[in-house]
Amino acid sequence: MVEFWRWKEYRWTAPDIDWRNAGIISCGIDVGSVSTQGVIMTDGKLYAYSNMRTGSNSPDSAKRGLDWALEGTGLKQENIHFIVATGYGRINIPMANKAITEIACHARGANFMYGPSVRTVLDMGGQDCKAIRCDEKGKVTAFLMNDKCAAGTGRGMEVFSDLLQVHIEEIGDLSFQVDKEPPPVSSTCVVFAKSEASAMLRKGVPKNEVIAAYCSAMAHRVFSLLERLGVEKDFGITGGISKNKGVVDRLEKELGLKSLTPRYDAQIAGGVGAALFAKSLVEKQRAGA
Amino acid sequence: MITAGIDIGAKCIKVVILKDGKLAAKAMELSGFDQKSMSEQLYKKALAEAGATEKDVAYTIATGAGKGEFALATERVTEVTADAKGANIADSKARTVISVGAEEGRAIRCDAAGKVVDFAINEKCAAGAGAFTEAMARALEVKVEELGPLSLKSQNAVPMNAQCAVFAESEVVSLVHSGTSKQDISRAIHDAIASRISSMARRISIENDVVLIGGLGKNPGFIESLKRDLATDVFVPNDPEFISALGAAHIAWERASSKGGS
Repeated sequence: MVEFWRWKEYRWTAPDIDWRNAGIISCGIDVGSVSTQGVIMTDGKLYAYSNMRTGSNSPDSAKRGLDWALEGTGLKQENIHFIVATGYGRINIPMANKAITEIACHARGANFMYGPSVRTVLDMGGQDCKAIRCDEKGKVTAFLMNDKCAAGTGRGMEVFSDLLQVHIEEIGDLSFQVDKEPPPVSSTCVVFAKSEASAMLRKGVPKNEVIAAYCSAMAHRVFSLLERLGVEKDFGITGGISKNKGVVDRLEKELGLKSLTPRYDAQIAGGVGAALFAKSLVEKQRAGA
Repeated sequence: MITAGIDIGAKCIKVVILKDGKLAAKAMELSGFDQKSMSEQLYKKALAEAGATEKDVAYTIATGAGKGEFALATERVTEVTADAKGANIADSKARTVISVGAEEGRAIRCDAAGKVVDFAINEKCAAGAGAFTEAMARALEVKVEELGPLSLKSQNAVPMNAQCAVFAESEVVSLVHSGTSKQDISRAIHDAIASRISSMARRISIENDVVLIGGLGKNPGFIESLKRDLATDVFVPNDPEFISALGAAHIAWERASSKGGS
């Protein structure tokens, strides 16, 4: 059986950095409900990361995420000065020196990804969605969160990729291959939206139009969250759905505002934020000692 | 005099035929893809069972989410109006009506005549509708009819953290993996939906008798959980899924009688 929701896992190492020259090696592990990222930074520069699916147990997922980020680098866990865990599974990570909320980490990570001009961050995660306002240092000033309802989360998109039998990574592109932009799926609830989409397919609506209709429904859903918080420029999106152009483009249109282009993979923003917190904590320790 | 009520729900169509205000026939069928032709077919079938034809019908009232699809209606009334009237016919002391169908949950406060005083509706979220138990039965790999009896055998109250039906499905799967019994998971499922429904009912304030109607009225596990959550007795009439159509048929009878009398 093909699992259409199954996205590709990957890892990355900076080609131009030797960790042996680093003063501070810090690590952030973001154990989300759907994906886990292990991020390693050397003196505040991105050195290596992994992005993989979260398993049924958080400590195990954290370990796999970190091990994969370290793979092939010669760097060992004991060389890392400080590890900060974040995300849904953060409290249960034995290797972590500290746990910090994902709201704080995403704001800090977005500041790194998008630069200090970012004031509004939308984190579209696997099972929740957060709208965050932050200052020029990446410190959170306000936030709103939906973690009660699958509408507007990656899980909702997974349900649709399964229903439509389209790989989740192709949804964005396919949503633009339509003759006309359809009205959004009207049901908010993913369960009802699924019935609505099935009815559309039965009526002969082309698959790509159904995909487009759901992308704009999801864009509208997160738009309402942003609107309640109030959007201030500049605007950046993090999390897995930031890679779905079908949702991002439609959201930008509704907001009348473009989102910034990230310097690195925006799905690792939480892990990057955690690694930056870890670096600051090492600096504090050293200053105190 | 023949009058009819037809309730075109999201999942099932129900028809009730009355002869001089007394039940003459009832019929139910899945809505299917074509509510329009299905509702007409079922309407004729129920009439035939009552020994009547379309020409004999003095007044027909349609209700339910698909009420607009039924072309033969004399009049259409809201689901809330039909629920309240039907519950009043089933139990004249009904003051709070809880109606839970496949895709909608309603709580209605009504007076001694079955007139609506106040109401609340959830039609936005599957967590407060029958679709929730259906999704959970799939996750638990049991038939939806088995869910209620299973939950009555439960010995432990296991909490469900997720509200959303999509998240709750994953939670049910994890509970299965962690070795929680199907009985206890079934109870957790019914406790979860009952808690959603009763918090909606509390918004309009609850007065006895509480009457439960709609398809979920056939689920003994849900009834137990609802009673526990509301801390009051809940009356469930026979054939709870027909009560809304019954209400519509009764309003039709009242309309036809007052017309004939004037």
